[in-house]
Amino acid sequence: MISFVLQRVLQSVLVILAVALIAFSLFRYVGDPINAMVGQDTTLQQREELKERLGLNDPFVVQYGRFVANAAQGEFGISYRHRRPVSELLAERLPATLELSIVSMVLALALGIPMGVYTALRRDGALAKSFMTMSLVGVSLPTFLIGILLILVFGVILRWLPTFGRGEVVDLGWWSTGLLTRSGLAALIMPAITLALFQMTLIMRLVRAEMLEVLRADFIKFCRARGLPSRLVNFRHALRNTLVPVITITGLQLGSIIAFSIITESVFQWPGMGLLFIQAIGTVDIPVMAAYLCLIALFFVLINLIVDLLYFAVDPRLRVRRGRA
Amino acid sequence: MAEIQAETRGRLASLADSDLWHSFKGSPVTIASALVALLLVLGALLAPVVAPHNPFDLASLDIMAANLPPVWAEGGDPAYPLGTDDQGRDVLSAILYGARISLLVGFASVLLSILIGVSLGLVSGYVGGRLDAVIMRVADVQLSFPAILIALLIDGAARGLLPRDLHESLALYVLVFAIGFSGWVQYARTVRGATMVESRKEYVQAAQIIGIGPATILRRHILPNVMGPVLVIATIHLAIAIITEATLSFLGVGVPPTSPSLGTLIRFGNEYLFSGQWWISIFPGVVLVLLVLSVNLLGDWLRDALNPRLR
Amino acid sequence: MTITATLRRSAAAIALLGALCAGAAEAKTLRWSYQGDATTMDPHGLNETFTLGVQSNIYEPLVGYDEKLQLTPLLAEKWENPEPNKWVFHLRRGVKFHNGSDFTADDVIFSWKRSLTEGSDMKGYGAKASEIRKVDDFTIEVLTKSPNPILPREWVFLYIMDEDWSKQNNTTEATNVKNANQGNYANLNANGTGPFMVAERQPDVRTVLKRNPSYWDKGIRTNVDEVVFTPITQPATRVAALLSGEMDVIQPVPVQDWDRLDQAPGVSPLTGAEARAIFIGMDQARDELLYSNVKGKNPFKDIRVREAVVRAVNLDAINKQIMRGAAVPLGSLIPPELNGYDKSFGEPYKPDPDKAKKLLAEAGYPNGFEVSLDCPNDRYVNDEKVCQAVAGMLARVGIKVNLLAQTKGKYFGKVLAQAGYDTSMYLLGWTAASIDAHNSMLNLASCRNKDTQAGLFNLGGYCNPKVDALTEKVGSETDQGKRNAMIKEAWEIVKADYGYLPLHAQPMSWGVRDGVKVVQRADDVLDLRSVVLP
Repeated sequence: MISFVLQRVLQSVLVILAVALIAFSLFRYVGDPINAMVGQDTTLQQREELKERLGLNDPFVVQYGRFVANAAQGEFGISYRHRRPVSELLAERLPATLELSIVSMVLALALGIPMGVYTALRRDGALAKSFMTMSLVGVSLPTFLIGILLILVFGVILRWLPTFGRGEVVDLGWWSTGLLTRSGLAALIMPAITLALFQMTLIMRLVRAEMLEVLRADFIKFCRARGLPSRLVNFRHALRNTLVPVITITGLQLGSIIAFSIITESVFQWPGMGLLFIQAIGTVDIPVMAAYLCLIALFFVLINLIVDLLYFAVDPRLRVRRGRA
Repeated sequence: MAEIQAETRGRLASLADSDLWHSFKGSPVTIASALVALLLVLGALLAPVVAPHNPFDLASLDIMAANLPPVWAEGGDPAYPLGTDDQGRDVLSAILYGARISLLVGFASVLLSILIGVSLGLVSGYVGGRLDAVIMRVADVQLSFPAILIALLIDGAARGLLPRDLHESLALYVLVFAIGFSGWVQYARTVRGATMVESRKEYVQAAQIIGIGPATILRRHILPNVMGPVLVIATIHLAIAIITEATLSFLGVGVPPTSPSLGTLIRFGNEYLFSGQWWISIFPGVVLVLLVLSVNLLGDWLRDALNPRLR
Repeated sequence: MTITATLRRSAAAIALLGALCAGAAEAKTLRWSYQGDATTMDPHGLNETFTLGVQSNIYEPLVGYDEKLQLTPLLAEKWENPEPNKWVFHLRRGVKFHNGSDFTADDVIFSWKRSLTEGSDMKGYGAKASEIRKVDDFTIEVLTKSPNPILPREWVFLYIMDEDWSKQNNTTEATNVKNANQGNYANLNANGTGPFMVAERQPDVRTVLKRNPSYWDKGIRTNVDEVVFTPITQPATRVAALLSGEMDVIQPVPVQDWDRLDQAPGVSPLTGAEARAIFIGMDQARDELLYSNVKGKNPFKDIRVREAVVRAVNLDAINKQIMRGAAVPLGSLIPPELNGYDKSFGEPYKPDPDKAKKLLAEAGYPNGFEVSLDCPNDRYVNDEKVCQAVAGMLARVGIKVNLLAQTKGKYFGKVLAQAGYDTSMYLLGWTAASIDAHNSMLNLASCRNKDTQAGLFNLGGYCNPKVDALTEKVGSETDQGKRNAMIKEAWEIVKADYGYLPLHAQPMSWGVRDGVKVVQRADDVLDLRSVVLP
């Protein structure tokens, strides 16, 4: 077990190094950072000097090596646009993104699992069918359109909810939270729903599919034959056995929810890391892009590690296999 | 060789068997979905024949006929049944032509994702060990990049490598490759998890004992049993692929704005939602919803009907 | 009876008193949004209109712009040009910085030197002077290398910082991306002489400005006590924030949303012509176009082809359908607001698609040809739509345009000088920061010259030595009449050469809550001095 974890940590470091390598090889295609850093009157020569000073003329392998060497010392450089340390910027934005992502995931699980179970148990019910259909409408539209429609209805026409931002935040040490104020909670509702909609559909459909499979399995039939109450059969035995793929997907989706909150954050002007990143793409802010991608990679490997460990807990059969390997 | 052919023929025959047909006939929702999907696919395929205008022909656009409402609204023009957009494009024709591009990009990239993802997932889950670790770590790397960035990289590299003249004509293929390549991980991870569970089951062990090769076991025994979740993901993935394509064209990577896809039309029309020209985004949006919905409902039905254990 | 009456009366009195107190204590807060944030608070950090515009409420130059972009005395009360190479500025007395220290000539000299430090993006402005001499605490002499008739105008964005404050906070050099701590303090903090002070600064999220109670000019109109600035990137979200009553002023508003703002209660659009020219350029420098099906020659080198392009495009149709009638069609790259504008070259070309077809046939392209058009999709008002419309109009005369619309990062990374002008045809916008036609002549119409930096943004490489000669003379001519005559001559030549396809001066488009009074300056800057809240 310990050697497995150690092995995974080592692999994780390699993953992050690889992410940084790929990141640096693609920055050349995103555009020229100098244009966003100087005004139109700046001469060509001054632009060249700046480029040289930033080391942007070096081969990308050299730039990458420098980034890794600095990052190893906890130094992620200075944002080209904000002219502030990148680590400071990310730390400022992290709470907003994490709060939005976790609330969305909880929302998606809290709605998705019960709906999935319900639609599996009442396969032919009218309500189950309408759940299945309605959830699809939500994922058939681009996120930006859903966001704008929500803003139009609840922000502009009904005026129930704020149309942008995070509301008032409370600082708890370095963590700023919007969960403790009324305006903060109100501002969270629309972005969280927008972000959760897709995940909810995915989880619901996955739970339903797995549940249907498990309900036909022999051991469930045995349970029923033994006369166990159907509530116990459904929830204790059947649901438990559907959880392996659900955990896989949930883990993956939490990572991708964080990574893909980019569009939701930019529609609602949610001041998180996604917004920081999309603006960094716009201005070709290489230090911010590199650090953000590495941070997201770190999230992913951590989540995957936890998911793999959960497999052991949920499905005892896997323990045997690992033991042999 | 002959054996395989016979086998395939046998399967096809059983597919056409009354079982499947019977379950199809028994479900009105499925019939409706099939009709809608068929209509949309036909409309898209036959766009050059059925569309009243050719929206991709810039020379035929009349900017003075821009922003016309649908024919039943005040100021509508019968020449443009669903109105025109900001460039004077006929919305109906643009939808038909746009659906063509969206369907092509959607289906092709999902197929590519499944091909890569399922094979890697099967191998990873069945073989395990070091190979599994390598594939899964590659998947981690891949997942850490938003699909949009991967596509930017592929597009940028393609632009650097391909001759200039070919950019325009290859834009679509680059797009399919970019979206397809960024979507395989979900399949791989899901299939791997399911394969790990399946390969410990008695029937697989039995097959191993009687000396059936791993390739055959994977193909004949494990693959059919892990396809359930793959179909679930694939149907939803089709929607994502079409929407990703719209987002990409926003970044200037996708199809040129002069030959817009369905997603691109919605993206353009999005800018007119507040100003009252709702038809520019709502009609393509409705078509996209219908398309995705019918594909998904068909997928649901197919999954239930093909899986013998669910009957 | 009487008791209740008395009680009631005193209750009313108390309520009234309460209301009065509330009225007095209630600060007037302006809620304002723009599509991006000011990049930095450092006045030498970035030479970009919006950043400098926000800073202009906090910091001040010697001579600034008033509401009509005319020069107005700020930290200098008077200025004169006694010799061709010398300007004298008489500084305002009794001005204090936000931290209470006095403003003197030393601060001006310090700020000028700081503008020349490594991290500064205002080096170009600073370099206009070769030396500044302090005559006394409130008089300075500025020496220039060559005669400069428009120095005060060119320095409207050179803001004055407090020398002592900068030394105390270790920010004597401009914020630099390379050396982390250099000047970092001024990046987030400010100490100027302007009417507003920075109270809170979270870049990209929220910036709060408070009124400076001891501002030197008691005559400014504004009654705003506090400004809460929030950047909102997405146009639809920004408009929604105004419609839902969460904002007082937003900029910009998409032109297609004007009707909506007109109809919605409590808000209206505020529009006017911006001093930014939008135009299309053609590569006339290469012997063969990079992106075209014509091989072995460059069609744009032929004046007939350039005329055909110009005649094919109907500016009025673009203005009516895409800019909703709010743009000003142009005949050159000089919008009417610019110093030196003249109708002789300002009138748009007359569109004539039939003539365009004929010209193409004469030039040897009876079936037209193919070319790629580079276009940004997030930089100018409806930029991508304008490009699409132009592509459609060119298609009608036989020129097949492949449109490559990209985000500004990628677009500028491709077409500008650093990338070797990698384009055959492009859409660009230009605002002359000095609001003077000479800036556009130098950057857009001069032959490209690596040593002098002339023609740096002449991405198509239009080149006519006559224009170059005139540009040089205009640069040092101090007689306004002669100067304007030469500007006129130069732009008439560019027009006769069909050097560019000018499109329009784009509209400025703000959304304002009813009752809020703001002045819309032609450089799209919101000067808070002019804002009056109800």
